[in-house]
Amino acid sequence: MKDASVVAARPELEEAARRADSRRGFLIALPAWFYLTLFFVLPLGIVAVYSFATRSSTGRTVLGDWNVDAYRRLWDSLVLQIAVRTLVLALVTTLICLLLAYPLAYYMATRRPMVRNILLILVMIPFWSNFLVRTYAWKVLLGTDGPVSQLSQALGGEPIRLLFTNTAVLIGLVYGFLPFMVLPLYAALERMDWSLVEAARDLYAGGWTAFRKVTWPLSLPGVIAGSILVFIPTLGAYVTPAILGGAKTTLAGDYIVSQFLAARNQPFGSALSMGMMFIMLGATIIYFRWFRPSGRDL
Amino acid sequence: MSAVAGIRPKSPAERLLATNSWLVFVFFYAPILVLVVFSFNANDNVGIWTEPSLRWYREVFQDQAVLNALKNSVIVAAISTVVSTILGTMAALSLERFRFRGQKLYDGLLYLPIIIPEVTMAVMLLLFFAQGFQWLDSTVGWSPSFGLGTISLSHIAFNISFVTVVVRARLGQLDPRLEEAAADLYASRWQAFRRVTLPLIMPGVLGGALLALTISLDDVVITNFVAGPGSTTLPVYVFGLVRRGVTPLINAVSVVMLGASMVLVAVSFGFQRNPRSRVQSSSRS
Amino acid sequence: MSDAVILEGVSKVFGDVHAVRDLDLGIGDGEFFSLLGPSGCGKTTTLRMIAGFEFPTQGSLRIRGVEMALQPPNQRPVNTVFQSYALFPHMTVEENVGFGLRMKKVSGSEIGERVTKALDMVQLTHRATASSKQLSGGQQQRVALARALVNEPEVLLLDEPLGALDLKLRQAMQTELKDLQERVGITFIYVTHDQEEALTMSDRIGVMNEGRLLQVGSPQQIYEQPTSRFVAGFIGEINLLPATVVDHESVRLAGGRLVAATTGTPAGQEVTVAVRPERLSLFGLGETVPARLNAVRGRVVRRVYFGDVFYYDVDTPDGVLEVKEENRPGVALHEIGEEAVVAWDPAATTVVES
Repeated sequence: MKDASVVAARPELEEAARRADSRRGFLIALPAWFYLTLFFVLPLGIVAVYSFATRSSTGRTVLGDWNVDAYRRLWDSLVLQIAVRTLVLALVTTLICLLLAYPLAYYMATRRPMVRNILLILVMIPFWSNFLVRTYAWKVLLGTDGPVSQLSQALGGEPIRLLFTNTAVLIGLVYGFLPFMVLPLYAALERMDWSLVEAARDLYAGGWTAFRKVTWPLSLPGVIAGSILVFIPTLGAYVTPAILGGAKTTLAGDYIVSQFLAARNQPFGSALSMGMMFIMLGATIIYFRWFRPSGRDL
Repeated sequence: MSAVAGIRPKSPAERLLATNSWLVFVFFYAPILVLVVFSFNANDNVGIWTEPSLRWYREVFQDQAVLNALKNSVIVAAISTVVSTILGTMAALSLERFRFRGQKLYDGLLYLPIIIPEVTMAVMLLLFFAQGFQWLDSTVGWSPSFGLGTISLSHIAFNISFVTVVVRARLGQLDPRLEEAAADLYASRWQAFRRVTLPLIMPGVLGGALLALTISLDDVVITNFVAGPGSTTLPVYVFGLVRRGVTPLINAVSVVMLGASMVLVAVSFGFQRNPRSRVQSSSRS
Repeated sequence: MSDAVILEGVSKVFGDVHAVRDLDLGIGDGEFFSLLGPSGCGKTTTLRMIAGFEFPTQGSLRIRGVEMALQPPNQRPVNTVFQSYALFPHMTVEENVGFGLRMKKVSGSEIGERVTKALDMVQLTHRATASSKQLSGGQQQRVALARALVNEPEVLLLDEPLGALDLKLRQAMQTELKDLQERVGITFIYVTHDQEEALTMSDRIGVMNEGRLLQVGSPQQIYEQPTSRFVAGFIGEINLLPATVVDHESVRLAGGRLVAATTGTPAGQEVTVAVRPERLSLFGLGETVPARLNAVRGRVVRRVYFGDVFYYDVDTPDGVLEVKEENRPGVALHEIGEEAVVAWDPAATTVVES
């Protein structure tokens, strides 16, 4: 005998139960939501607004006079030069990191578990130590009186004048971001099913062919993850170029900062910031759409 | 996996691989070692070694500016770690254990601070605070200034996301059946959280807190923009010194900072090895 | 016998998937009831609805006469033993077992007593202070049992609890579980896809497929009187032959007429005749087949030796029949290629739908 009253009342009660639970979740999410809206979304909006403002002759920002002058200036040859230089530097850094990191990650992934863990810790230690200090260490090394220079003089060469050049910045960036490339690569290689490589060799593939056809394609997600983890932050690098670079090698990060300090052109600086943000956002979205349609364990 | 290495004799390719790897490790550690070695150099000139000495360390611990910056760093790091860990953990829970409208948007919002370039974020917060102070002054008559407050607020803004990512990863690994079992055994939502979920995600929460702490202690760009006179943090202070030149004092400070990082790393590894001993005591209540 | 659990018209829809369709079921007090079926048949979903982890989309669920379809799981007098045991890894064995009692705010001393008794019951007293992670699979399962039973629920739900154990251990646990249930007297609702388990342990079995409850009955009824083709084929080995109804007590096949009870089915209807291999006997051409038996002629095409039995495949005009004969003196051996007669008692014939 079916109890009709219970069947009829069903949908409302179930809905009510689900809604109460959903409300609880919303409340738990609220504090962080509120905080980020106030201290992230709102500031972002302000930058966007400022990018359409005008810079007065005294360097103050006039909010009433809206225009796209700042954005038009983004196409100036100077800006484009800086943009290209930054982009190229980021690409070269990523490439060098990949070339250095891949053999290392491969080596690590093919050791015994105990050795693997020790090597992993050895890689993590620089990763966790202070970025500023690590970059500063290169300033010490590359100075005209520094150890590298002394070494080359001892070998009969000239004192090295590497500091304040593009090369110094490159070295500093590679040094700083190498762990970001090693770790995803190692994770991908370690997770790989190596019996596939053995199967390839069983089917007459030579060592290099086996690598090309099996290992490399399977490690590709790690390669891409590592590349993104290096490329994107390098685009916005400020500290490393500031310490190791010179006036002749202005990069995007420093250029933006100078708009707010020395040059006092906030609208332009805001436009530049917005521009850089969109480029990075675009790169990240491309990464998530094309290469990782599911899952997000960055 | 262990079958690949160790059985075949070392081929030239293997040897090359090993050499490359050890060279990279040298590349990793040489600069740090140089730094450490020269911090014990008695000479004023950093590059030229004379004799070992603790002179610079003594100076570091007497330098008022350094000590003041260190104090500020610790205060800011403590505040931002605590707040961002709480907010970040709550955000992670709301995303992994509940469903509500706007969840996808919320998810995306939490990733933005990680993706956004540091410089942009620094600029954002600078303009926001400047604008905000003006507005507060004109409406309420209160005119705050840039200082430890603005630094802490800024650090929290980007740290929440990092904590959320770490805690979410840990929550994702948790068997959902455990929370069902708790409910089956008469636990309310809150009791199931307190007795089962929380102890089991604690390693993740602590990992997230550690990450937030490290990032906060390391931060240069954003802090640089939103600090005020007298409220600089250690990395920003060192950054200023470094731009002006290389001195042995900076070496010593750097080594101290390195040492602190090492301690934090050791602590975090200690937590990961032994989460149970800490967790068990909290579940006995 | 009053009913511990009654489901009426229960359905569950996930999106556009009908996991459970219009289920009517009554489970008696103190019964060992199994829900049996292939993966995806809805048995686990049904169990979860009784436990409270899912709410029915439609229908009524009464536990001890009280409507509980929408009650959250922590307010039902029901406990569950999970397939993966779901022991709390950060607690010891006794902390796990006492969890439910602590949630119900039972006094400390009483908790201690009851936990000890429960651990005694599953013979794990000596591991009371061990961390739950250190136990073997079989031990974890017993802790899960104790953790549920210590709360003295009205109904105990078990979701394929023996799936992760190896064969010998599984068989030992089956006996233990059955004994336990008889001692404790609580209603057990047991979900499994293993028909042997269901047959050996249950007082009654409910066979499900594709969200529907097809048949409910004692193990004997399910095995010997299946009411549908699926149930006949799912349990044990069976021979299925297409036939047409002649009258209320016979059907026709290509190989001749058979005596079979077909009450209710109209003449001319297409049906399926089902007979278990062990109820078939093989007669050589020279032997006399008793007249009252159903008989079909064919040729032996295969013989497989299983140690204690022989399986013969006999090719007949209606298809290949599988015959199971005991391997002992007195039972004739038949060769491949031999012409033979397959015969059986008409009472062992079941007629199900096509």
